[in-house]
Amino acid sequence: MVKKQPAFFGYMRNDGSVGVRNYVAILPSVVCVNEVVEAIVANTVMTQGIIHHQGCCQTPPDLERVTECLIKIGQNPNVGAILIVSLGCEGVDTDRLELTLRETGKPVERINVQELGGTSAAIQAGLDKAQRLIRLIAGQQRVEVDMSHFTMGIKCGASDTTSGIASNPVIGYVADKVVDLGGTVIFGETTEFIGAEHILQRRAKNAAVASDIKRIVIEMENRAKAIGVDMRKGQPTPGNIKGGLSTIEEKSLGAIVKSGTKTIQGVIDYTEVPKGKGLWIKDSPGREIELMSGMAVGGAQVILFSTGRGAPQGFPVVPVIKICGNPLTYERMIHDMDVNAGLITTGERSLEEIGEETFEMMLRVANGEVTKGEAIKYSKSMDFYMLGPVI
Amino acid sequence: MVKAIKLHDSDNVASVFDSVSAGATVQVIDKKGASYELKVHQDIPYGHKVAIAEVAVGEQVNKYGEEIGIASVPIHVGEHVHVHNIESIRGRGDWDESQSEKVKAGIRKEAK
Repeated sequence: MVKKQPAFFGYMRNDGSVGVRNYVAILPSVVCVNEVVEAIVANTVMTQGIIHHQGCCQTPPDLERVTECLIKIGQNPNVGAILIVSLGCEGVDTDRLELTLRETGKPVERINVQELGGTSAAIQAGLDKAQRLIRLIAGQQRVEVDMSHFTMGIKCGASDTTSGIASNPVIGYVADKVVDLGGTVIFGETTEFIGAEHILQRRAKNAAVASDIKRIVIEMENRAKAIGVDMRKGQPTPGNIKGGLSTIEEKSLGAIVKSGTKTIQGVIDYTEVPKGKGLWIKDSPGREIELMSGMAVGGAQVILFSTGRGAPQGFPVVPVIKICGNPLTYERMIHDMDVNAGLITTGERSLEEIGEETFEMMLRVANGEVTKGEAIKYSKSMDFYMLGPVI
Repeated sequence: MVKAIKLHDSDNVASVFDSVSAGATVQVIDKKGASYELKVHQDIPYGHKVAIAEVAVGEQVNKYGEEIGIASVPIHVGEHVHVHNIESIRGRGDWDESQSEKVKAGIRKEAK
């Protein structure tokens, strides 16, 4: 009997992308309306607030980044409809945000807190509009598609020595498999290339991509060095250090293992989506909240997240699967951890066994099974990565 | 016996997979499964590194077959290897260019 090729069931969007969730995203165009967004989310089903802390009194390039990030989150396949909440005086280009999202064919609504007469009026109007959007998309059915419709984001956080030896290799195994099946993998955390960039450069598709890898690492390292201190304790973090990671080089050498072994097709900016299938690098920092937002901006439907010391974070519109490399942490934080890769360090299971188990779980999560984090609504760990100051 | 994993032939450290006390013996295992016993001279917490070769000041400390920093004091076989005796050479905003160049030159010399 021929073994069936891996596939998943998702929500087909007009642009051909396929969501593994069907959320109404409530997008605040500026930090000042987060309370309105939270009130709407608290009183509805199927909604997720894209709570960020940007959107005003920033340099124009950063305001452009926020506008682009909000557009791309609305375009993420896991989003079925969008409610934009505007204050009315923000720096984000809310008109472009609305117009661009309308082009997706997804239902879009917009409210303006200042025009509506304040917070309570905006919450009432927002609830009414959210209710309409929910009822519009709730009946959509999943369809079966192949893995070429799949984009996986990857991340490691609260790492220790086991991350580089067990949980990151598991993600690397899955990443290779997704690429072999025609899917897309987005890999970031430029800070955690420092000291390991020469290995990534050897995997670049061509000299231009290799030079891009070097460039983003130098830029990230220079941003850290500009503060005039040893970056140790910022990166690696005090938790990494307690876990046995002594330097950024050691952390990076373990972190890059999660990208697997495939050719790196290119380097994309924080606000961009991959320009083709295969493995892509997204220039992004190591901190969870900005990194996971960057993955969602890049169109990831699922994030595989490796940890050693125990990182609990989840994301509003993208399920995050936790793979724990430390068997002691897995037992201690069993209600946050989805996969026990610590069994590799104890010799009880092989990398291939845990890799296959993780891949199968990822397909089930794509099909609708909820992660441990989703089940308890641990889903607000997000913000957008800015380059300039608040002014 | 507690296992200490040596990830690459050129490594001068191995990672221990349980907390060990000074005076204990660990089994150093490489990727091919070959192993030998090593006496540990300091307490080493779970996941931390033990020196499996002598490392002089300024020499590189290797894990995964790659540089993870340089020794800031002489490191002896069986000692705990961590932030107290390794310096990172990256992200050093506290070093000026000449200091960074000196360190890098030293490393190139040691690597030969």
